[in-house]
Amino acid sequence: MQFFLEVLLGGLLSGIMYSLVALGFVLIYKASGVFNFAQGAMVFFAALTAVGLHDMGLSLWLAVPLTMAIMIVLAVAIEKIVLRPLVNQAEITLFMVTIGLTFFIEGLAQAIWGASVRKLELGIEDVPLEFLLDNAGIAISQFDLVAAGIAFVLVAALAIFFSKTKVGRALRAVADDHQAALSIGIPLQQIWVIVWGVAGFVALVAGLLWGARNGVQFALTFVALKALPVLILGGFTSVPGAIVGGLIIGASEKLAEVFLGPYVGGGIEGWFPYVLALLFLLVRPEGLFGEKIIRRI
Amino acid sequence: MFYREAGQFKATYAEDSQIFPIRQDRIGMAIILLVAFVAVPLFASPYYFSAILIPFLIFALATLGLNILTGYAGQLSLGTAAFMAVGAFASYNFMLRIDGMPILIAFMLSGLCAAAVGIVFGLPSLRIRGFYLAASTLATQFFIVWCLTKIGWFTNYSSSGVITAQQIEILGYAFDTPMSKYLFVLIVVSVMALLAKNMVRSNTGRSWMAIRDMDMAAEVIGFRPMRTKLLAFAVSSFYCGVAGALYAYAYLGTVEPEGFSIEMSFRILFMVIIGGIGSVLGSFLGSAFIVLLPTALNVMFHFLEKDLGLELPSGISSSVELMVFGALIIFFLIVEPHGLARLWQIGKEKLRLWPFPH
Amino acid sequence: MDTGRKIGDVILSFENISLSFGGVKALTNIGFDVREHEIRAIIGPNGAGKSSMLNVINGVYHPQEGEIIFHGKHRRDMNTYESAKSGIARTFQNIALFKGMSVLDNIMTGRNLKMKSNFLLDAIYWGPARREEIEHRKKVEEIIDFLEIQHIRKTPVGRLAYGLQKRVELGRALAAEPSILLLDEPMAGMNVEEKQDMCRFILDVNDQLGTTIVLIEHDMGVVMDISDRVVVLDYGKKIGDGTPDEVRTNRDVINAYLGVAH
Ligand SMILES: Nc1ncnc2c1ncn2[C@@H]1O[C@H](COP(=O)(O)OP(=O)(O)O)[C@@H](O)[C@H]1O
Ligand SMILES: [Mg+2]
Repeated sequence: MQFFLEVLLGGLLSGIMYSLVALGFVLIYKASGVFNFAQGAMVFFAALTAVGLHDMGLSLWLAVPLTMAIMIVLAVAIEKIVLRPLVNQAEITLFMVTIGLTFFIEGLAQAIWGASVRKLELGIEDVPLEFLLDNAGIAISQFDLVAAGIAFVLVAALAIFFSKTKVGRALRAVADDHQAALSIGIPLQQIWVIVWGVAGFVALVAGLLWGARNGVQFALTFVALKALPVLILGGFTSVPGAIVGGLIIGASEKLAEVFLGPYVGGGIEGWFPYVLALLFLLVRPEGLFGEKIIRRI
Repeated sequence: MFYREAGQFKATYAEDSQIFPIRQDRIGMAIILLVAFVAVPLFASPYYFSAILIPFLIFALATLGLNILTGYAGQLSLGTAAFMAVGAFASYNFMLRIDGMPILIAFMLSGLCAAAVGIVFGLPSLRIRGFYLAASTLATQFFIVWCLTKIGWFTNYSSSGVITAQQIEILGYAFDTPMSKYLFVLIVVSVMALLAKNMVRSNTGRSWMAIRDMDMAAEVIGFRPMRTKLLAFAVSSFYCGVAGALYAYAYLGTVEPEGFSIEMSFRILFMVIIGGIGSVLGSFLGSAFIVLLPTALNVMFHFLEKDLGLELPSGISSSVELMVFGALIIFFLIVEPHGLARLWQIGKEKLRLWPFPH
Repeated sequence: MDTGRKIGDVILSFENISLSFGGVKALTNIGFDVREHEIRAIIGPNGAGKSSMLNVINGVYHPQEGEIIFHGKHRRDMNTYESAKSGIARTFQNIALFKGMSVLDNIMTGRNLKMKSNFLLDAIYWGPARREEIEHRKKVEEIIDFLEIQHIRKTPVGRLAYGLQKRVELGRALAAEPSILLLDEPMAGMNVEEKQDMCRFILDVNDQLGTTIVLIEHDMGVVMDISDRVVVLDYGKKIGDGTPDEVRTNRDVINAYLGVAH
């Protein structure tokens, strides 16, 4: 039972991280109808840039804001060069273009900073929390807990930003109706830049946290692949969906790996979330919280 | 002046519905086939066969497979490499386990295996569309590679997971030189390309395109979405499966499941986009382009380093390759969504008017 | 307008059809019938439920209540494949052509149910598939001639002007040689000349082929001119039903529709 709890908690903690990455997707999808496959590449790019600057001698307090500035520049560039010419194109075209973007950003990151794995120290130790270990006999990494805490705060902040602030509501309006959004008085292009910028910020935080845990390396881009089932589960347009979906995927994939894996040779983490999400999709194509799609003709 | 359809009247619908209604196109095609079957074998070196021509043809076949599904039937897939893996490992096992199995039959059967898998993984397409579907094809990618890695039977319990393809032998003749392998692949690919062209220009192709362009309307005029989509998945996977078998037997010789990675799936998707979505010709152009691109980049880097004496960081060429791939995809989707095939067509139209501008 | 064509028996009728989407009631207790060979118009303001009614007829929408009687058989709803199979074809309010295909191919798709070839024969092509292709091509060329669109047969439909697209869509429906043709605002957005052409096509089809036509149209002049009987919908309810003259003088109709919209 203790072991089960330990696995479950560990899963939930990494689940929050998935939520964070998935949120990056949801933000962009809601505001621009683009399914941004490049989110994972952005995570990689942001983390690598921050670490790269840090390794050049900048303190983290300087490197991180500088990286954020770079992410904003990236957002502006993407809007101007890639998105604007493709307004009103089919979703699937936009999706494919973000695959191209993925390759470009990955290549760019490595061209600038090299392809080797870099270590990142955030000053939080990756050791079991003594309090829990002593009292409940559950080993939960202190780092995981702090990371999850940060992710949680960010997720909550974004959820509030979306539902309570004027800009947030404008963003939502864009998702529902471009015309309506225009009447609020914020130009569409500007909204897109904001959203991609925010997604860049989310990518930066996620990249720093994951990078500190496993090293900043190319594998970070796979985070995007993890976030996909989360989105399928939660629905592409729902902030709460991303959160709950992330938790479910995080917990179930760890549980499956630990309790199911040994019977089938292990390594099922790679596809189990997908299969879970797919089965779910067959029952509820719009996801947990997504809006129901009614086809019209 | 030479490329003209003026004066070539089609008297019957039969003539009008040929693959190449214009005489110059027919001649052009004949020349290409002549070059491919005669001139190339006479003059090319073994390096060209094994490093460029064979992979070009095999990827053209896989691209054609994906093009049937994505370009014609409108169902985006990110799991192409997985179907190739099914084809490769299925033929390996057919050859291994059935005595006297003719290789061509083994390839056919492996294509059918891939088709069956394709149907299973195509089932979600009945409920979901767009990138939801793309995401679910990723599941295919991970799941199949995992199965091939974990279930020892598929690799005949080879400890490394690597299999060595048997020799291609037909009626006692062994295809063991690069040139003979090239010819073998060329024949298979040509025949399958012709069959694909025939499918897409008749009712089957129209059913796919109808579902792609406007699925509700397609349903209303009597196409059945389920059949149509699953057929596209099956045919597409068949093509990818055979391409996978060729990949193992005529190109690499030894393969492992991880070789059929998601990067490979993406690469084939890029071939579709750059070559031309929904074009048989485009599948070949896209494959040629992407197979040649790294070589071209290498030559360029070589030039920069050796001849100009530039000091380039190590590994830069692979990063730049990624960037160029990405930039090209973005460029084509924005500027010419129908890819090289459309550029080729525009070129022909220009030629038709030449030398008069109108 | 009287051409001696005989209006036959009722072939399609509806009883108490109700359809809603979430909270929106698109159709409430609709009942009317369609006779063989007639031109039956459905009119009403925007959002009245006209298109939804057509969607019920060919099985795109499934009413929550009511009954459909088609060729004497009572049924809850229709399905798209069966209705196509039993000879119902249609055009759409928002053109639903296959944008990536040529005019010729679009119209050829209309013949799919009449084609027996399968993908294997198609792949081999020479032989049965080719024969069939050519045979159906002939029929399609007849339609192309009839609709006077020979000059654009190889053009991708996406490049055509709106009016021509509507015409191609009619061609695709006609290619199925339907017994019932559903037309959803076939003349919307057309100029006078184009409208006249379209009217002529509709009347010719009805007259020469005896095709039953259910027509949604906003142009009152056209409706009164070419239809035999008219159903009037408003807010999903039927408020009038009868010959053009009867409908024209119906109080409810005048109040709800004619008076307001025009
Ligand atoms: N697929 C659908 N989903 C939700 N509401 C629909 C759908 N189709 C029609 N409606 C609603 O049903 C009502 C009738 O629409 P419609 O039949 O298109 O009207 P008309 O064709 O007479 O203009 C409208 O309120 C419309 O919004
Ligand atoms: Mg309508």
